[in-house]
Amino acid sequence: MAYPPAAQSPSPPRQPSVKVILASADVSRVVDRIAHQILEKTQGAADTVLLGIPTRGVPLARRLAARISTFEDVTVPVGVLDITLYRDDLRRHATRAVGPTDLPPGGIDGKRVVLVDDVLFSGRTVRAALDALSDVGRPASVQLAVLVDRGHRQLPIRADYVGKNIPTALAESVKVTLAETDGADEVRLYGGTTS
Amino acid sequence: MIRHLLSGADLDAATATQILDTAAEMATVAGREVKKLPALRGRTVVNLFYEDSTRTRISFEAAAKRLSADVINFSAKGSSVTKGESLKDTALTLQAMGADAVVVRHPASGAPHRLANWVDGSVVNAGDGTHEHPTQALLDAYTMRARLGRLAGLHVAIVGDVLHSRVARSNVLLLSTLGAKVTLVGPPTLIPVDIPQALAPGTDVSYDLDAVLPGVDVVMMLRVQRERMGDSYFPSAREYARRYGLDGPRMRRLPEHAIVMHPGPMNRGMEITAEVADSPRSTIVEQVANGVSVRMAVLYLLLGGNNR
Repeated sequence: MAYPPAAQSPSPPRQPSVKVILASADVSRVVDRIAHQILEKTQGAADTVLLGIPTRGVPLARRLAARISTFEDVTVPVGVLDITLYRDDLRRHATRAVGPTDLPPGGIDGKRVVLVDDVLFSGRTVRAALDALSDVGRPASVQLAVLVDRGHRQLPIRADYVGKNIPTALAESVKVTLAETDGADEVRLYGGTTS
Repeated sequence: MIRHLLSGADLDAATATQILDTAAEMATVAGREVKKLPALRGRTVVNLFYEDSTRTRISFEAAAKRLSADVINFSAKGSSVTKGESLKDTALTLQAMGADAVVVRHPASGAPHRLANWVDGSVVNAGDGTHEHPTQALLDAYTMRARLGRLAGLHVAIVGDVLHSRVARSNVLLLSTLGAKVTLVGPPTLIPVDIPQALAPGTDVSYDLDAVLPGVDVVMMLRVQRERMGDSYFPSAREYARRYGLDGPRMRRLPEHAIVMHPGPMNRGMEITAEVADSPRSTIVEQVANGVSVRMAVLYLLLGGNNR
């Protein structure tokens, strides 16, 4: 028995568009490439420490270290650098929870530190990370690895290793999900409107 | 997020746990070369102390400075208070100076509550009369959690002058919120009969320390306030020490893992002997160190964001 068609609303609400930029397999390939680039640029990752910026920089840093040890059989120390207390927008939001900072046992003094984050946008997170870094030690040099660079920098900061450059409009947003934190690897671009 | 910290009852389990977790992160700063965080840069914290205090005031000062706040210390001695200025006028003066937080210790119970109505900033109770001292309860809870790994299910004996103790009141409130069981121990004259009903219904009362000791995880000794000794709450200091003081033989009745706490300042030989105070079970020095971390967490959570 057929039901009569439901009354149609005059115009369906416009959905914000969602576009998958990197699927799961792409994310793995991109991580592999960054791992190779780090090995290449740091002469085999000698004296190198990977520091992930929470939340998603941390699993990314661990994956990079795992891939580096697969490719070259070297162990790269991995740590976590929480930047909450160094943010320049602390006062604009309700109090943020402070997360752990966990440096590898050898510390970072005199090492080459590679900061790892998921998305590079305004550059303010990296600015905060640089401040945090100078309070916990004195690395010989600091580099930056990001899965996605979406542009719109507000500070003179650039990444040394970029997984994918995504040209975006300011109104759009980029969302990275990772298996460790969200259940699946994916990079999506939200925003604009459906045509 | 709460705006003031006036009582142990202001904190629900989630907020209290958040403070303890934040304090654990703040504690790592003490081990760094640069013992400073920029989180409260440009904020002003006033320490308003109407009563003598060393560790609490210094602890709050160190906590605020480690978070880069500006600290103004105000003690009633040598201020306009001796000229007769009221608490309200002092509060309005601080308000005009732009204090973002006022840490207040006052001999009158309830003074911080009054103050909270007069100033725009956050008020932190650093001890009011015989009422409450919530940051002490937080640092005690932090110390227990650090030593014993948990708070839920712990059995804590609080021993001594419960009647006049703000530390005891705040601890009963906070510990019961966090799932620990508290037994108050002391002479009948120093334990208000209605205190379990008034504060936390699960609280027990005992007048026999020796019977309680074998079953506790934590024994917290309260200071016998010398000014009370003349008030005939107990016959003599010696009799008090004999019945309610923690000495070596009593300490050995405790379970193997149990810890001994004291909020300080101690009367050695009165409520606690030197042997106990200096034993590995004693957490008295840790409590002081943890106090800075816990107060950093409280100041950060009250002032760190835009919570207005």
